[in-house]
Amino acid sequence: MASSNVMDGVESMHLVDYTDAGAIKEVPTRNGFGEGLIEAGKKDANVVGICADLAESTRMEGFKKACPAQYMEIGVAEQMLVAMAAGLAAAGKIPWIASYAMFNPGRSWEQVRTTMALNETNVKIAGAHAGVSVGPDGATHQAIEDIAIMRVIPHMMVVVPCDSAQTKKATIALSEKWGPAYLRFARDKSPVVTTADTPFEIGTAQTFREGSGVAIVACGILVYNALSAAQELAKEDGIDCMVVNNHTIKPMDEPAVIAAAKRCGAVVTVEEHQVHAGMGSRVAEILAANHPVPIEFVGVHDQFGQSGDPHELIEFYGMGTDAIKDAVRRAIARK
Amino acid sequence: MQSLSAARVTELKEHANSVRQGIIRALLAAGSGHSAGPLDMADVFTAMYFHVLRNDPKNPMWEDRDRLLLSCGHIAPVRYSAMAEAGYFPKEELLTLRKFGTRLQGHPERIRLPALETTSGPLGEGLAQGVGMAQAAKLDKKDWRVYVVTSDAEHQCGLHWEATMTAAKFDLDNLTCIVDRNFIQIDGSTEDVMPLEPLGDKYRSFNWEVFECDGNDIVAFIETVDKAKAVKGKPSVIIANTIPGCGVAFMEGDYTWHGKPPNKDQADEALRELNAERERILAHHG
Repeated sequence: MASSNVMDGVESMHLVDYTDAGAIKEVPTRNGFGEGLIEAGKKDANVVGICADLAESTRMEGFKKACPAQYMEIGVAEQMLVAMAAGLAAAGKIPWIASYAMFNPGRSWEQVRTTMALNETNVKIAGAHAGVSVGPDGATHQAIEDIAIMRVIPHMMVVVPCDSAQTKKATIALSEKWGPAYLRFARDKSPVVTTADTPFEIGTAQTFREGSGVAIVACGILVYNALSAAQELAKEDGIDCMVVNNHTIKPMDEPAVIAAAKRCGAVVTVEEHQVHAGMGSRVAEILAANHPVPIEFVGVHDQFGQSGDPHELIEFYGMGTDAIKDAVRRAIARK
Repeated sequence: MQSLSAARVTELKEHANSVRQGIIRALLAAGSGHSAGPLDMADVFTAMYFHVLRNDPKNPMWEDRDRLLLSCGHIAPVRYSAMAEAGYFPKEELLTLRKFGTRLQGHPERIRLPALETTSGPLGEGLAQGVGMAQAAKLDKKDWRVYVVTSDAEHQCGLHWEATMTAAKFDLDNLTCIVDRNFIQIDGSTEDVMPLEPLGDKYRSFNWEVFECDGNDIVAFIETVDKAKAVKGKPSVIIANTIPGCGVAFMEGDYTWHGKPPNKDQADEALRELNAERERILAHHG
C-alpha cells in the first residue's frame, strides 16, 4: 500500500501561489500528455503511440513528429485501438492509445476488460476530452462515466492528474510502470498549480492545503476550484479546509484518505464525473469500511452534459467554487 | 514447396486422430463445452503444431516462435488437445478442462498457460491482436509469423473488419488469418443468421490475398499455408472449408453440436469410430 504524505507540510508540494490570480497560468491538461509522451518515447523506443484519428486534439501530434517510427494511425476504430495495442504489448511494446474518453474506453470497454486487463497487457489509455468542460461539443463527447467503468476492472490503474504539469509527470510515470492503465485528462485550458518540483508518484495522494475543518478530496482540473473554495471559506466562514489532490483513483491511497477523514471528521469529494461510482464513491467505500464520517459529493448528479462554455457548464452542473463551498458547509453541519 | 512423404502424411493423420480423441475425452470429463468446431479444426491445428509453426513445446515462450492465436476461444479443446499431443503438457491434463483451478479454462487465458498468446472468448478480437503482434514483429525486424484462427461467425463482428483494414494498411505479409468455414453458429446456419458470402470477395476488397482449401485435408491445408507464406506486401487469409463435427459421424453437419458435449454413450461411440478410423489410417499406409 502506498505511503501517505497527508501530514506533510504543503511546502514540500512546491505549488504555484494559487492565491495570486496573476501567478496562475492556464494550460490544457492534454498538453501535458503530449509533452510527457514525447519524453517517454525518446527515453524508450518500445513506447509506441496509436491514435484513432484525433492526433492533434489528443496532443499525440507532437509524438508523431518526434518519434515517427513509433507512431501508428489507425483511423476511427476504438475497439481496434485497444485490441491492437494488446497485441503490440504482448510482443513487448508499451503502447499508448489516444482518443476521446467517450470513445476509448467508452466504446471499447469489453476490449479493455478482455485484451488489456484479463490478458495482463501493458497498455496505456489516454482518455482525452473527459468531463463536461469539453464544452460546445455537447453530451455525446463529454465522458462523465469513464472513471466508473475503468475503476471497476481488476488491476486497472486509473490516474486523473490535476493540471498540465502533473499530466506530463503522470504520462512518464505510467510509461515506466508496468500494467494496464487509464490516464484521464481534459480539453479546456485550466489553472496550473503544480511546478516541475512538485513530487508525483502513482498511488500517493497529495496534501495541497493543510486544514482540520473539512477535508476536500479532489481530482483533475477541479483541484483548483477546491483550493479556491478553501481560501474563500477560510476568509468568509473561518473554516479551515484540508485539500487533498487525490490523483490516483486506483490504486487509491487509502491511508491518506483515512488520515484526512480522521483529521477533519468530514469529507467533500470533488470530481468532474458522475458522483455514482467515481472517485468520491471509492473514497466513500474506503471510509465506510475504515472510518465513517459525513461525506458530501460534488460532481454530476445522474445527468448528461450539454453544449455550452466550459466554465458555464462546470457551474451549471454544480462543480464550481460556490458549489464546493456549499458542500463544505453541509458537511460541517453534519459533523 | 516440399511435398510431404506418404509416411509423413500418415503420421499427421494419426496425430489428428489422437487430437480428436483428446477432444472427446476432455469434453466428456468437462460435461460442458463445444464439440463441432473443435472436431472440425483438428486437422488444421495438427498441421499447425506438427508442421507449420516455428515452435518448441519445451520452450513455449521462445521469443522467436511463430504466434498462433485462437480468436474463437470456444473451440479451445482442439487447441489444448493439439498442444498436449505436441508435448506442451501431459495429455492427462486434458481431463481438467473447465474444472476449478485448471490451466485449461473454458475459454483460453493467456496468463494461465504459456503460448496461448491471447485471452479469447469474446468474438472478433483475435485478428486485431494478431495485427498488433505482426506490427510489433515488423517494428523489431523479426521474422516470426502470426497466424490467427477465426470462426466464420465472428466475421459478423465489426472489430474483425477494423482489423482486416488495418492489416492491409500496414502491409502485414507476416500475418495469416485462417477461417474455420463450417457454416454453423449457435442459432443455425451462418447464411441464415447473418449471411457472410461472398466471404473471399470481402477479403479481396480489403486488399488481402485470399486462399481457399479443404480444411479437413491436412495436405491441402499445408500446401495452402505454404502459398500464404509466399505472399509479399499484404496479409493473407485461408478460408478452410470444414465439416462441423468432422470425424464423428453422428455430429457431422449438425449445428446443434455447436455448443454441447457428448454424454458417456455418445463419447464411447465417437471414440469407437475414431479408433476404427485410426486402424484404417495405419492399414492404408501399411
